[in-house]
Amino acid sequence: MKKFSNFYIFSFASIMVIVVAAVLSVAALILQPLQERNVAIEKMRNILSSIHVESTAADAQEKYNRYIVETFVINSEGEKLEGFDAFTIDMRVEMRKPLEERHLPVFVGMKDDGRKIIVPLHGKGLWGPIYGYLAMEQDRKTIYGVNFGHDKETPGLGAEISESWFQEPFAGKTIFDETGRFTSIEVERGGAEPGDPHAVDAISGGTITSKGLEAMLYDCLLSYESYFKKEGN
Amino acid sequence: MKSDRESLFSARNMKLLTNPLNDENPITVQVLGICSALAITVKLEPSIVMAISVMAVLSIANVVISLLRKMIPPRIRIIVQLVVIASLVILVDQILKAFAYEVSKQLSVFVGLIITNCIIMGRLEAFAMGNRPWPAFLDGVGNAAGYGLILVIVGFFRELLGSGEVFGYPVLEKIGLYRIGYEDNGLMILPPMALIIVGVIIWVQRAKNTKLIEEN
Repeated sequence: MKKFSNFYIFSFASIMVIVVAAVLSVAALILQPLQERNVAIEKMRNILSSIHVESTAADAQEKYNRYIVETFVINSEGEKLEGFDAFTIDMRVEMRKPLEERHLPVFVGMKDDGRKIIVPLHGKGLWGPIYGYLAMEQDRKTIYGVNFGHDKETPGLGAEISESWFQEPFAGKTIFDETGRFTSIEVERGGAEPGDPHAVDAISGGTITSKGLEAMLYDCLLSYESYFKKEGN
Repeated sequence: MKSDRESLFSARNMKLLTNPLNDENPITVQVLGICSALAITVKLEPSIVMAISVMAVLSIANVVISLLRKMIPPRIRIIVQLVVIASLVILVDQILKAFAYEVSKQLSVFVGLIITNCIIMGRLEAFAMGNRPWPAFLDGVGNAAGYGLILVIVGFFRELLGSGEVFGYPVLEKIGLYRIGYEDNGLMILPPMALIIVGVIIWVQRAKNTKLIEEN
């Protein structure tokens, strides 16, 4: 076998690393705009899905411009904040901050039967983050539609949160009781009582994801409570 | 420069391409690369994208290592192989995220895990380190095709029986199976069924190809 000196091995390794680093950085820089565009389009599709507008990657932008008529950012008191772009705010970061310091995005969707208030959600599932959008009716008490997503929940179990059979029952539920107290939505193991306006069925075998989703709804909607009450009355 | 007297598509070279499809199939004969075969074959589309990704990584890595084979110091050859594989995999991942975002979400971590696919390390170490670039390229394409073939077969049956679809097209619904009481088999979606399908493929393959049967 050919002998290689230590100097040769060291130089070979160094040159290899430099070449590889250069190639990968160039590729990352070139592809980054395309990748960010894909992420933005997916976000638009998720927002649209919460107000029951189906879209494809091709028409997401156009439908987003058509249905989402207003976006703004509020604080936990429900006051509008100037100088922030609702679309680029990362809910994951906001939910880690104390309640008073959160910048909370609000998207307003316009459907034939009125304005829908769309708020983003972010929480923890069993294996990783879960997230979504929740659209409220004009009365700011009743849910119009939801869209949930996840990164790595178990297929067939926790991953079912992104299926329509799980999401559809949310529509028509209310997050405030008759006295105006914030109740959020319970995700009930063993099935919700028929007609319960504040609960939906959990996923059999997906209890931890279901509970994570319940906590996500509670935490995120609580941040918006003042806003919902303020303009709701 | 010494000319290559052997023609590019000689019988010996073609064997590099076709052997891994059957006699030396990386999954069913060498039983390598099983983990990804279980994980991403729920549907046909990700199976095909995975097969293409592995083919790109394996054939290019084989050529690169083969070109460098006389320059690579043996003491750090495994590290060099890993660096080549890892950078190619990162490239594939970036390209998928830019041009096939939906599929890259479905494949999620498994694109990254191509790095640990034993087939790739195995071919680099066993073949590319000792052969010229062209045969190494054919060997890479052949082995990835053998791997992809199994992935596609498994993906086809899991999608058809698990979700009643082929490429997302609801075949079983169209021919009216559900109306007579048929239901999708939910177990097909879970990884254990992939293992069982791979087992069935191995069984069928050995029944047809008796020289694969070990004596004991």
